[in-house]
Amino acid sequence: MFPSDIEFHVAPYISDFVKWITVAWEPFFTAFSNMVLGMLLQIEHILVAIPWWLWIIAVMVIAWRQTHEVVKTIMPGLLLFTVGIFGFWGIAMETLGIVIVSVIISLLLGIPLGIAMAVSDRCNTMVTPILDAMQTMPSFVYLIPALMLFGLGKVPGVVATVIYALPPVVRLTNLGIRQVPSSVQEAALAFGATSWQLMKEVRIPLAMPSILAGINQTTMMALAMVVIASMIGAGGMGEVVLICTNRIDVGGGFEAGWAIVVLAIVIDRLTQGLARRWDTPGV
Amino acid sequence: MGMQDFNLLEVDRLWKVYHKTEKALDLSDPVAIEKAEAAGAVIAVRDVSFQVKRGEVFVIMGLSGSGKSTLIRCLTRLIEPSAGVIRVRGKEVTSMDAEELTVFRRGEAAMVFQHYGLLPHRNVLENVAFGLKLRGLARELRESRAQEALRQVGLAGWEKKYPHQLSGGMQQRVGIARALVQDTDLLLMDEPFSGLDPLIRREMQDELIKLQKEWQKTIIFVTHDLGEALRLGDRMAVMGAGVFVQVGRPQDIVMHPADEYVQRFVQDEQRIAQLLDKGRVSRVRSIEAHASTRVGKVAAGR
Repeated sequence: MFPSDIEFHVAPYISDFVKWITVAWEPFFTAFSNMVLGMLLQIEHILVAIPWWLWIIAVMVIAWRQTHEVVKTIMPGLLLFTVGIFGFWGIAMETLGIVIVSVIISLLLGIPLGIAMAVSDRCNTMVTPILDAMQTMPSFVYLIPALMLFGLGKVPGVVATVIYALPPVVRLTNLGIRQVPSSVQEAALAFGATSWQLMKEVRIPLAMPSILAGINQTTMMALAMVVIASMIGAGGMGEVVLICTNRIDVGGGFEAGWAIVVLAIVIDRLTQGLARRWDTPGV
Repeated sequence: MGMQDFNLLEVDRLWKVYHKTEKALDLSDPVAIEKAEAAGAVIAVRDVSFQVKRGEVFVIMGLSGSGKSTLIRCLTRLIEPSAGVIRVRGKEVTSMDAEELTVFRRGEAAMVFQHYGLLPHRNVLENVAFGLKLRGLARELRESRAQEALRQVGLAGWEKKYPHQLSGGMQQRVGIARALVQDTDLLLMDEPFSGLDPLIRREMQDELIKLQKEWQKTIIFVTHDLGEALRLGDRMAVMGAGVFVQVGRPQDIVMHPADEYVQRFVQDEQRIAQLLDKGRVSRVRSIEAHASTRVGKVAAGR
């Protein structure tokens, strides 16, 4: 057995720290909380206001414009229809709202961070291990500080989701910018591009396919995390899964799981199509 | 023609050393340099000096690794020289701050690259107008100027195509138009035709000669191809291991190579000359045209 007299715990210190930060930074957390909540409500309001049939038509129209294939157009529409059939439409929209808000926050933080990492090697070496930690830590662990700082509800759900979904867009923005061919960058510099012009005119546009792949990944991870975040009261589809799990309701669990998969497929197709449209052939 | 005597570009004792402790190295001390080299320092450009007159085509020729690409990049400080002075129109490029350097690159020197360096997400017209956009010119103005440059390189009607839709030769025409539209006296060309197949290369060389008659630009042209150097150069420098081994008129270098390195470059050319003397012209038809441009240059008093 490991000697118990040299046992040492950081747990009380971390708990104390989180308690302290909750009190000391209370105004900040309240303001942030209100902002996120306001955003959430607004987006949810819009999502619910759009009639279900318009949603299905819109998804099919977008799919058609991207693929020009009959099967790939009808399939997402049909799948989305089953979500309504199972009676999950409103709850699915709630989930979608949290995903959208989380993705917006992730992109606002992640894209500038990815650019900073591409520009500065020091920033890159500092942030990379943090991203590694964020991705390897079990997602349940994020729930606890988010819960302590923001209480129960949708806002901690968004915070936990952002932490979980942030790494891909940061990594792929960084990677995309670093992979811009040096011959093109050199030419731009030779013609007198400033570092800002180089970034705006050359590096970001050429990194765009990679950045969009990052957005796609971040969106998918956000959806995955939103389901888990239902454990701290984020609501949405995850809550249905949670309840069914607790009741050992296999059938209900299947329906809820099905609806989540459908959401994932539809969101993935749409964001991937976006990335492909941007792709310049021959790069 | 009085302007011909004016040195547009002056390079004085230029060095580029790749070394961990580059700044600490005293380049006036040969012993310190030797030590640094033994410790793994790479000297890409070693104490190179030369002047180029306005309107002159100056060819820098050498094998890969001879430092020629580094040298041409040092001229606009795309690669920062370790020591030495570069002057363009008397202005000292080497002492410019970042802002002055940007202005200099925008208005005084344009460059053409071996790998074109075109923007894949912009069409041909936007690529040509890119330098003008960086300067902040209004869209209409820059596009009309780009259109004119495209016409000059024979690409009128290709404005809306994207680089990947063009052949290598055409992409390089875009590269040349992009440099041309900058309206600079100094044109830096880093192996612009090396990636093209021989026939297209020939065609591009001919066109450059034709256009140069019109422009009277000052061209620094880097190549590893002696034939190209002979056709295009008013003067040429043979570069090896970071130094100019020989500088002079191309025909003089062919006739009187300074050392074995230059001799190896020019021996084919000498053999061709011998063949021509013996009147065995019919077998080497392609070479004939090659030689005649050279003779033409001599006749024109260059």
